[in-house]
Amino acid sequence: MASIGKIARRSFLVGTVAVAGGVAFGYWRYRTPYPNPLEPGEGAAVLNPWVVVDSDGVTLITPRADKGQGAVQVQAALLAEELDVDPGEVRTAFGPPAPVYYNSVVASEGMPVAATDDGIIARLMREGVSDAAAKLLGMQVTGGSTTVPDAYEKLRRAGAVARETLKRAAAARTGADVADLRTEAGRVILPDGTALPYADLAAEAAEVEAPDFVALRDPAEWRILGQPVQRLDMAAKCTGTQDFGIDHRQEGLLHATVRTHPGWGDSVTSIDSRAAEGMRGVERVVQITGGVGVIADNTWRAMRAAEAVQIDWGPSPIAESSDAMWEGFAGSFTEDRRDSRFKDEGDVEAALAGAEVMEAEYRVPFLAHAPLEPMNATVQVSGDRVDVWTGTQIPRFLQANVAEVVGVDPEQVHVHNTMIGGSFGHRLEDLHVRQAAEVAMRVPGRPVKMTWSREEDMAHDFPRTMQLARMRGAVRDGRVEAYDLSIAAHSTFASQGPRWGVPAAGPDIAIVAGAWDQPFAIPNYRVTGYRVPGGVPVSSWRSVGASGNGFLHDGFLDELIHAAGADPLEERLRLCWHAPSRRVLEAVGEMCGWDGPRMGEGRGRGVAYCLSFGVPTAEVVEVTATEDGIRIDAVYVAAEVGRVLDPVNVEAQMTGGALFGLGHAMFSELTFAGHQVEQRNYDLYETLRLPQVPKVIEARALETTDEIRGIGEPPVPPAAPALANAIFAATGERLREMPFAKAVRFV
Amino acid sequence: MELRVNGQTYEVDVEEDMPLLWVLRDELGLTGTKYGCGIAQCGACTVHLDGMAVRSCQTWAADAAGAEITTIEGLGTPEAPHPVQAAWIETQVAQCGYCQPGQIMQAASFLRDVPEPSDQDIDNAMGGNLCRCATYPRLRAAVRMAAARLREG
Repeated sequence: MASIGKIARRSFLVGTVAVAGGVAFGYWRYRTPYPNPLEPGEGAAVLNPWVVVDSDGVTLITPRADKGQGAVQVQAALLAEELDVDPGEVRTAFGPPAPVYYNSVVASEGMPVAATDDGIIARLMREGVSDAAAKLLGMQVTGGSTTVPDAYEKLRRAGAVARETLKRAAAARTGADVADLRTEAGRVILPDGTALPYADLAAEAAEVEAPDFVALRDPAEWRILGQPVQRLDMAAKCTGTQDFGIDHRQEGLLHATVRTHPGWGDSVTSIDSRAAEGMRGVERVVQITGGVGVIADNTWRAMRAAEAVQIDWGPSPIAESSDAMWEGFAGSFTEDRRDSRFKDEGDVEAALAGAEVMEAEYRVPFLAHAPLEPMNATVQVSGDRVDVWTGTQIPRFLQANVAEVVGVDPEQVHVHNTMIGGSFGHRLEDLHVRQAAEVAMRVPGRPVKMTWSREEDMAHDFPRTMQLARMRGAVRDGRVEAYDLSIAAHSTFASQGPRWGVPAAGPDIAIVAGAWDQPFAIPNYRVTGYRVPGGVPVSSWRSVGASGNGFLHDGFLDELIHAAGADPLEERLRLCWHAPSRRVLEAVGEMCGWDGPRMGEGRGRGVAYCLSFGVPTAEVVEVTATEDGIRIDAVYVAAEVGRVLDPVNVEAQMTGGALFGLGHAMFSELTFAGHQVEQRNYDLYETLRLPQVPKVIEARALETTDEIRGIGEPPVPPAAPALANAIFAATGERLREMPFAKAVRFV
Repeated sequence: MELRVNGQTYEVDVEEDMPLLWVLRDELGLTGTKYGCGIAQCGACTVHLDGMAVRSCQTWAADAAGAEITTIEGLGTPEAPHPVQAAWIETQVAQCGYCQPGQIMQAASFLRDVPEPSDQDIDNAMGGNLCRCATYPRLRAAVRMAAARLREG
């Protein structure tokens, strides 16, 4: 393809998060292994950073955060597959923050290398530079749908090395030859059939040298991976016995909440807390950055007292209203705000000059993550030791941030990660943890659990950026001839990077991700990103840049295809040069029995496609325009993941991701008035509920490539355009702004 | 005041208007009941008062006194789950799981009132319980499975 050469050359102009930090450290440091942070207890063996064996049995360390996507399950399964233990028979723990748990894949999403590009430079960027940067920065991060690709080999190898170490210990004890030993269900089996439980070998295994290299088993031999399994946390989550961070309990626990500047300011002009201080159960009202914290003996008493504090807020750094923000976005399509043009094929200007030009403007709103568990953290500051109990995707950044707040070294901050009640990216932020630390510092020695009210949570959600897009295009002879897409957005990395302590330089891929990198051979094809400076602090929201760009890119592509008079599925297939992508389009066509977009009176079908996080994903949505409004009848999702490790969970992520995308496209937006978020709870921030869920939803994961990928995010981007395209097919009304409920009614 | 929770009697010293949710969570340590919104919009705090599903964030402690309060912990246990919990576990409904105690309490109460629900009945009864992970398709299947099991006894 013509695109590959251009992408390869552009690859040298790297410039996002990771690479900028990598250069300074040098190669020698990249080659130096990080130490194992786990310290064995009495009689325990820390076989490597992921496997601990003591007299009670095996503990698997699963350092990636679990916010419902099943990260603990898949990490445990990868380890267990080679270690020969039953995941249900061992313990798991998240482990401490430590650089050895860095995510070698996560930085690759920040690079201007298309997932479809398998040229040598692209591979070097993805696998070498990305790994080096993430390692040097010690990026222990859960995100970017990278848990599976990062862990796939690493954790199986850790399990295999631990297994072989235990076999060596058994050989040393019994005098048997290691080659004659096998392992099964947490035991080493001697040639005579005697079984030595791993727990019994712990003390000796601690003294044995681990092998340098162990070959991994052929997937054909797998017993756990690839099989439908019962999730380890299912029974606890269905019986109220699963503890989340918000459920943390310990002796002497105090409860707290905070109220801080609702317009992202960091100052107050006056505080009157006299009434609050006299309320029952209130221990202290303390001033913190941008507001107050209330410490009490019960969360409700703290929240009620916080409402009773009279606060005059200082100035807000953000625009007054959504209208003002849209104006700022509309004025951002300028040369000095141009952030990237990673896609520029053919000659768009020349192609449009002689053609009948189609033009459109699309809008995507701010969106809150709004997970159901409000942000919370328990912090205890005792002398030179700080303990933090919270669910986090960024334990090392959080550790450093809390250390800065309290004024200690990061090593003095002990982070205890917990199960997370939904995140969608919000747990990549830690403002609530820093606030909890500020509050807990005032009562040294006492553990304080700080819980945000839902209203506080919505006001400080670090939303997904809104986006304004302008498109031009032309068709000729029944084909899409030219497509020029310009997207204006806030930079997620520029906003989030400094909060992580990670340098963010150069163009921000997130502004155009899911748009610039789509594998379509449109003869004249250009995608330009514009950066809207300042504004609301924004962060990663499930599928990040692609969450809006999937709609922007595919929505207008559908308009062009319609103008060309072509079939939506056939024309996408004709334009698509990437074989795995064509396969997901063909799959979704087969699943729905595609025979065109119109399905009879008032019924329509839309197809959409987006490549994000390396996963080509296609979706079809079928709708009926009823007297009561639009009804979604069916949703079909197909994605290429390379290999399915847990079919039950992959199905859950694919259907859940598609519905998550649909629900927000239909109903959700954050708007601003008086410098504040207007939707402070679920009564105004509407999202998908059961009555709107289609009766038919089918998912198919393809395994036709050798690139193993994560599936948490990729099903989100194609959902909105598939719905918009379906509504167009059913009603003739083209939706160019989310949420769609602004223009159409849903049943 | 005195509260009957999961068959046990507790003496609690709280304001009359303290929401039952916070009595359960912070006074009694029964944290299976979740805080999500505080305004009866999400359903995560659903418990039973004399078998009827209520939002505990909108139920005053004083109004719950005298009633038989059942929380998710009292419905069933991992070892001996209620049929609705068993259906949830078998269907593998939960992703993050935070809303599921409320979903299950809502479903258990609803299925006692409507043992043979139509799809429309299920949508109506469960429509007030939010799931941000969108586990809805499996949730629907689990309600149907539980209904069938409960009818069979």
